[in-house]
Order: sequence, then structure tokens, then C-alpha cells
Amino acid sequence: MNGNPHVEDLLRELAPQVVGVLTRRFGDFTTAEDAVQEALLAAATHWPQEGVPDNPRGWLIQVGYRRMIEVVRSEQARRNREDLAARREPYDLLAAPAADLEATADRDDTLVLLLMCCHPALSPASAISLTLRAVGGLSTAEIARAFMVPEATMAQRISRAKQRIKASGVPFSMPDREDRARRLDAVLHVLYLIFNEGHTSSAGPDLRRVELSSEAIRLARAVHALLPTNSEVAGLLALMLLTEARSPARTGPGGALISLADQDRGRWDAAAIAEGVALITAALPRGPVGPYQLQAAIAALHDEAPSAEKTDWPQILALYRVLERHSANPVVSLNRAVATAMVHGPAVGLDALAALDTDPRMAGHHRLYAARAHLYEMLDDRPAAVENYRAAASRTTSLPEQHYLTLRAARLAKGN
Amino acid sequence: MLLMQFSLANADFPSIDTWTPEEIRAHIGFMGDSNGKLTAAGELVDGQGLAGADQAKIVRGGNGGAAVVTEGPFAETKEFLAGYWIVDTDTPERAVEIAAELSAAPGPGGRPLNMPIEVRPVMSAPPQEI
Repeated sequence: MNGNPHVEDLLRELAPQVVGVLTRRFGDFTTAEDAVQEALLAAATHWPQEGVPDNPRGWLIQVGYRRMIEVVRSEQARRNREDLAARREPYDLLAAPAADLEATADRDDTLVLLLMCCHPALSPASAISLTLRAVGGLSTAEIARAFMVPEATMAQRISRAKQRIKASGVPFSMPDREDRARRLDAVLHVLYLIFNEGHTSSAGPDLRRVELSSEAIRLARAVHALLPTNSEVAGLLALMLLTEARSPARTGPGGALISLADQDRGRWDAAAIAEGVALITAALPRGPVGPYQLQAAIAALHDEAPSAEKTDWPQILALYRVLERHSANPVVSLNRAVATAMVHGPAVGLDALAALDTDPRMAGHHRLYAARAHLYEMLDDRPAAVENYRAAASRTTSLPEQHYLTLRAARLAKGN
Repeated sequence: MLLMQFSLANADFPSIDTWTPEEIRAHIGFMGDSNGKLTAAGELVDGQGLAGADQAKIVRGGNGGAAVVTEGPFAETKEFLAGYWIVDTDTPERAVEIAAELSAAPGPGGRPLNMPIEVRPVMSAPPQEI
């Protein structure tokens, strides 16, 4: 796509609707998805030059539809060329008027597609790739670039995911109420993973891959629009907005990482904070309270604090305790230990961290060393802080994080 | 391909652990600028820094194909790869020139490190049309 943000946004919004229409009509998700990718490519090359058609959705449906017809035709041709010649005309007649008749279906289709792409049978990596392509309307090349794998690898991953969906026999329709709630969890988790990958890339030279976090926010907005009363959906959207709002202050010159305490809060995105706070304030009392709302509430407390010192740490600690009860995981325990240190002092925080040493998911993880280093620094135990910063630096696979940790160690070591 | 290959046993410059913040910052800045220049010249294909050698694992297929994993650090290992660049240059001489520039990245006191960089051609794949 060549840099026309208006066309790009429009295409991404329309992609799932068009995939939905074609899948319903042909009963074949795999072919529909491929056909829509071609239609999107055609649109991306034609529209910036010739202008966006009056009915862009109908345009895409028609092009995708024609492409599908071609596939059907070539299959038939292999079997029976003469039969194909006889069928050609009725097919074309069918294609033309039907393109714009399904106006009522767009809202549900996006959600059905999301539920399908985030199927529990898929690995998170496959679900993410498929979601970004079928629902996000990103090209295979764009997704491959974002995850730093060759395009052929990503194409394979997407095609394996589609085969898996096909083999699992999931019909293209809205699952029943109970199944839907369970599958929605998977959707929110996939969107959360996409956001995190964009916000703090797990590897490579850049801290953020903006396309991914903004894409995750766009998709979360779409789900929120479809399910406005679901408080966890609202919580996830709020969490993304409140986290993303801090991005402008997270890095300094040359992409160097700046810790939360040292960030220039004037550079935070006030509008995003206001939107996130409003969302979470409305969602929390509505309940039921889930992990995304709790994390959003914590993010809101950080964002609303006028300075690092004036952060409401007791409240944050209380929220981490609830979160830990709700969904025990070592990263939550780590954050709770840091909040404990801010309320009860670094020594108590270090005790809380010690419990994580035996957790196989966390032992040897760079975040554990980094948190410990920060607490030793608060205790003014420089040698221990330096040692832990260095241990963390050698274990992270993110270059900006490694630079940050190495510099932090060097700064402390020099002071000795 | 340019391999930034260090020798643990007799590196002739101190480990980055011991540098001052300014020295580290200068080094990181130099690497960032160099990569920017190589990208602008259309010569950079890929480049990655690798995690520390103590994060390395050596994997062999054992009985029945089950992985046998040995963890580092390896007292016996004499050299380790810190990172690499893949550059696309018109001549082999240009690759050597780039390696020399990168080798002179600033270290302690701003003096060039002159670290060893191994230059090796990447084998070409058969033509796609086959």
C-alpha cells in the first residue's frame, strides 16, 4: 500500500466485511480470504490514482467475487471445458446485482471472522498472523516485516492456520452464547498479544512497531463497537489507550529507553489518557471485573499521577493483589513485588521477588533481574544492583532494553 | 557477511561491562549511525546483534532424534559471535572497507576498538526459475 492513509484505513475496515460476505456466499473461507487479498491489492494500486469508487465495499466484493468465480471456473475447466462455457453467462449475471445487497451483515461478520481467526485450535502466532491478514487487512509482506520473518515463512504460517481451521470443521457462523464467551477470551488475548508485540518488541533494533500497536487498538475499537456492554472488551481497549499514551515519552534520542519514573509526563498523550480513563471508569462498576479492567485501572493510576513520587502506589498494590488472585502468573507477581517495594520499602519487595526464583517460567528471565536491580538500587546496594543489571542485559533479546540496562549498570558502577 | 567475532581468551579491549556510560553511548551511537549509512547506501541486507554467549545452547539430535541440549557458558570456547551484518556490495574490496570502518567503533576513552571482523561471502542460491 503506497502511503495514502485514507485508502489504507478504508481498506482495513472493509476487508473483514468483504471476507465475510464472500465466505458466506461460497462457504469457503480459504478461497474467500485469498480472493479478498487480491481485491485489496487491486484497490491499493487503482484507488490512489483513479479515486475511491462511490461504493468501495461493493467494488471490493465485486473484484473478490470475480476472482472466486475464476477459481471455480478453472477448477471446472480441468474437469469439463464445455460445461464451463455453458455456465459462464449465468455466473456473471449472478455476480453483478448481488454485490451490494448484503448491507445488514457487516457488523456481525467482523466479529465472526475474529472468532474464527482466534480459534483455540491455533497457536497464538498463527492466530495473530491470520487475524492481522483476514481481519486487519494487512498484506502478508507487511505482517512478515512486523514479525521479522521472511515473507515465504509468514505465507506458510497463514496457510497452515487456514488448513487447521478447515480441518477443525468450524462453520462460518456465530457460535452459540456460551461458546462465544469462551472464544471471545481468545480474541481479546490475541489482540493483547498483537498490542504488546507492537508496544515492546520482543527482539530487534526498534523498541516499538507502531503499526502493530495501532492495529491492535483499531481492532479492539471495532470489537468494543460490536459489544459495547462487555466490560472486559472496554477494559482491554482502555488498557491499550492508557499504555500507548505514554509512548511519546518512552524513548529519547536514538531510540534509547526511558524508565517510567524518568519520563517527561508533559509528552504523554492527554487525549488518549482521557479516553482510556473514561472507558475504564464506566466499565469497572458495570462488571464483572476481569484482568484487562484491573490492568487498565493500574495503568490509569500511573497516567493520572502528576509525578512518579505522587503515584498512588497503595492503590496500585491493592489492584495487583486482586489481579494476582484473579489470574496468577509470574509477571503479575513480579509487578506486585515492585509495587510492594514502593509502598513498604525495597527490602520487603526483594523478599517478594525471592519467591519467583523457584518459578520455572520466571527463573533466569531478564525482567526478574531487572526488577531486582532496581530494588537494590533503591536500597543503595550498588554492587548488587550493577550485577543484576548486567545479568538482565545479557538475557534480554531486545536491543533497546539491553542498551538501557547496560547503561544503567555502567552509571552505577562509575559512582562507586 | 561480516561477522563480529570476539575471542574470550585474549580480547585486546576490556568488556563493555567496564566502560563508562558515555563510552557505551558513543559506541551504540556509532553502530546506529553506521547501520543508517549502510542502509542509505543500499548496502545493508540484514544485521543483528546476538544475545550474550552465556545465553547460547548447543543442540544435537540424540537417540531417536530427541534434542540433546548443552548450555553455556563454555570454558573451552575460544571465540564467540557478537553480531553480524549481511551487506550487498559491488566488490569484495568494499566489504573489507565497511568491515574496517565498523571495526574502528569507539571504545574506552573514545579510542577505536579495532575489533576483529571476519568477512565471508554468502553462497548464492540456485536461480528461482528452476
